[in-house]
Amino acid sequence: MIYLNAFLFAGLVCAIAQIILDTTKLTPGHITVIFVVLGAFLDVFNIYDQIILWAGGGALVPITSFGHNLTHGAIHGYNTEGVLGLFSGTLDLTAAGISAAIIFAFFMSLVFEPKD
Amino acid sequence: MKQSYQEIAKKHCPKENVLINAIIAFISGGVMGIIAQFLIDGYVMWLDISTKEATVCMLVTLIFLSCLFTSLGFFDKWVNFCKCGLIIPITGFAHATMSAALEFRKEGLVTGIGMNMLKLSGAVIIFGVVSSFVFSLIRMVVGLL
Repeated sequence: MIYLNAFLFAGLVCAIAQIILDTTKLTPGHITVIFVVLGAFLDVFNIYDQIILWAGGGALVPITSFGHNLTHGAIHGYNTEGVLGLFSGTLDLTAAGISAAIIFAFFMSLVFEPKD
Repeated sequence: MKQSYQEIAKKHCPKENVLINAIIAFISGGVMGIIAQFLIDGYVMWLDISTKEATVCMLVTLIFLSCLFTSLGFFDKWVNFCKCGLIIPITGFAHATMSAALEFRKEGLVTGIGMNMLKLSGAVIIFGVVSSFVFSLIRMVVGLL
């Protein structure tokens, strides 16, 4: 059942993004930024956590979950360390994703030639 | 007659494209969601770790695969076909990072790769961090009231 929910939610997010991309003059960069901000906003009152419970991987793979993790880390940091935690906790949960992207991209760009 | 035909064609053509593109994005994005859920379930089962750790493993796996496919050259075609179906999932973030790194590798390690790698994906990190800071400040103030 969770596979169906994952399919529906991830597909819906991507379809909405595609419709925005086709009907306005925004670039893919704008769209991803909009969805990150949306995900960060949805975490303020823990709405996104409910979506993750419902859709599982379908809610974790779109870029909205990146924003959700940022806000989640910041709020968790504030709850455990106070105001300083707002700064130290923000990238806590997303660090793995950012580091992985940078590390893999760096070494693979050394190995592979760009193909045109 | 010719003019009216062109007008009618103009009216219908972009609408259809929007619909077809949205359906393609829906299906490809949904398949990404299924793959993500399958990887999470698989990691929980095979490696005997918690769901939270499996989520991180899933993200790293998908980032690795999209970096590899981008540098092998055929991921660009997939992105051109699926568009938002692959841009909105985390694969789009990895694809943007990887293609910027590949594009600028000729300009040297520091001035090429180092300075340009996050050119496209930097916007996501910056706006994500700024917006999450603002939203958690709001949450903080609401919590204090």
